[in-house]
Amino acid sequence: MPALEELEDAYQRYVLENEDGFMDEFRRRLEAFGGRPTPLQRADRLSDRYGRDVYLKREDLVHGGAHKLNNALGQVLLAKYMGKERIIAETGAGQHGTATAMAAAHLDMPCEIYMGRTDVNRQRPNVFRMRINGAEVNPVDAGRGTLKEAISETMRDWSRTVEHTHYVIGSVVGPHPFPAMVRDFQAVISEEARAQCLEQTGSLPDSVIACAGGGSNTMGSFHTFVPDQHVSLYAVEAGGSSLEVDEEAGVAPNSATLATGDEGVLHGARTTLLQDSHGQIMESHSVSAGLDYAGVGPELAHLVDEGRVTPVTVDDESALEAFHRLSTEEGIIPALETAHAFGYLHEAALVDDADEVLGETVVVTVSGRGDKDLETVIEETAARGLDAAPDMSVFEGGLR
Amino acid sequence: MTDGIDAAFADGPAFVPYLAAGDPTYEASLEYVESLDRGGADVIELGLPFSEPIAEGPTIQEAVIRALEAGMTPERFFEFVEELDVEAPLVCMTYYNLIFQYGQAEGPRPFVERAAEVGLEGFVVPDLPAEEAGPLREACDEFGLDLIFIVAPTTRGERLERMMERVSGYVYVQARLGTTGAREDVSDQTGDSLERLASWDVPKAVGFGIKTGEHAESIVAAGADGIIVGSALVDIVADGYENGDPTAETAARLEEKARELSIGARRGAGENVPEPEQP
Repeated sequence: MPALEELEDAYQRYVLENEDGFMDEFRRRLEAFGGRPTPLQRADRLSDRYGRDVYLKREDLVHGGAHKLNNALGQVLLAKYMGKERIIAETGAGQHGTATAMAAAHLDMPCEIYMGRTDVNRQRPNVFRMRINGAEVNPVDAGRGTLKEAISETMRDWSRTVEHTHYVIGSVVGPHPFPAMVRDFQAVISEEARAQCLEQTGSLPDSVIACAGGGSNTMGSFHTFVPDQHVSLYAVEAGGSSLEVDEEAGVAPNSATLATGDEGVLHGARTTLLQDSHGQIMESHSVSAGLDYAGVGPELAHLVDEGRVTPVTVDDESALEAFHRLSTEEGIIPALETAHAFGYLHEAALVDDADEVLGETVVVTVSGRGDKDLETVIEETAARGLDAAPDMSVFEGGLR
Repeated sequence: MTDGIDAAFADGPAFVPYLAAGDPTYEASLEYVESLDRGGADVIELGLPFSEPIAEGPTIQEAVIRALEAGMTPERFFEFVEELDVEAPLVCMTYYNLIFQYGQAEGPRPFVERAAEVGLEGFVVPDLPAEEAGPLREACDEFGLDLIFIVAPTTRGERLERMMERVSGYVYVQARLGTTGAREDVSDQTGDSLERLASWDVPKAVGFGIKTGEHAESIVAAGADGIIVGSALVDIVADGYENGDPTAETAARLEEKARELSIGARRGAGENVPEPEQP
């Protein structure tokens, strides 16, 4: 796409070389507007439960309730430095859309968000938030109406309007320099976590766990730890309802790209994809809208290939159980995306070689707040009859 | 350069229509493509449908969905090409993941080999940047196929240089920023783009937005060596599909539109061709 050279130049000058004090302004706004640094909090009850120290990197406490603002603020600010006049973005669960709308409002830029129709319907509160922050929301009806179609449609808009528009891509996907840029804006997560862990425990963690959809939270949580070879890195993908792939229907009832995908090219990036034997992209599934993407960031795919990051999957049921566990035991209602990470913590802690897998000190990134997912959780929990869930019968014949 | 594509541009402006292979069915699509050939196509761009057609506007997106739902696959595409009875050289337009996956670990070479076997003469791959096109260029050189790039109004600098080094057959000059789709106006960007590419030694074919003989005429008069038309033709297929029209009737409409566009292009080059038929 034609704008990539201009963007690559801007990335080099402003982000890598801090021209005009761009990175200084970015960090200042992250602090003042975003509420950074976020806490690295010891989870006392989970630590007791699992017999090791569990620390939570509280990205849910970033302004807006998720890690997404880190990237959105960086990119919208970069767009201003580049002289762009308009912001567009894709969004899956709405977290990136709300973050972009907030950042655009904060920095006085008109904003337009593309969101799959299916996701618009299942993430209504975030649609309201985007509108309240002044953004236009364009539903995308193609395919199953989820993130990959929203990305395709945003790319089409950008190819028409590139001269005055910046596309704030929400994850470490797409062509260069997007994945590197998003990683660098999100890297503040692991920069802080690393320093905070050293300060609080006197040593680095033994493992870091983060959920993975496109990979922005994942790369942010891992980036600074990549050179620390003894820190294990676990990328938790949505196992959905099954890891089996229905080749004929073109549907994978999961979003476990790293675990079940193959190398391919999508949206300008060479990466791992959920695809059929011909190379057609599969429809993905997860109970968590933010993890429902058929691809994954190319750098994350590369780190998995070279063995530095271990991909793992958590199914819908385990994620829902983990959602309730964190809510009742730690008083934190996590996003369903985040719940997948805690689902893995739970499963890993129960295996025989848990000490080897997790070590004594574990950092788990709480990538976002779960209030946006409450209706889905209530519905899915009731459908499964989960023991761990609180009794919701107060609603029967009542408030709804 | 392939002999077929060379010849297509040698005798005056080339008319290059596009259709998605297999839209709305395999059999009907064969007739539609052949009707374009009868209507005066000099080169035909055949779309091999991909599930994520990011360079296409709504019209061609719908065509892609129809073709995929009707069962089009890369191997059926090759069979389709073999079955076609056309004189015009055929160019495959598709996205890189289908080329890449066909070869599994071998990269693009197996796909290009099979394409050459069935008689395809070139490729347009809108999501493959010139910087990454080396392996495909090598495979095309090995089997004697052309590799065509799309130049946007904003493409310039090093990327443009790389495209010039690697392009063959013709260059697809995008008439305006954005995706495919028929429009009424002929953009000022077209003249600027053609001027920027004046020193290139391959023919320049202009696409995006052409829908009438008059458009074709003015584009060629502005200096284009050819015109590329997709959405205006796919609209005819879509209308026929939605109305349940007989295949032969839709094919006749396609042939008529192709003739109008082809004649318009030649008029733009100052050729003495028949006056356009009155509607």
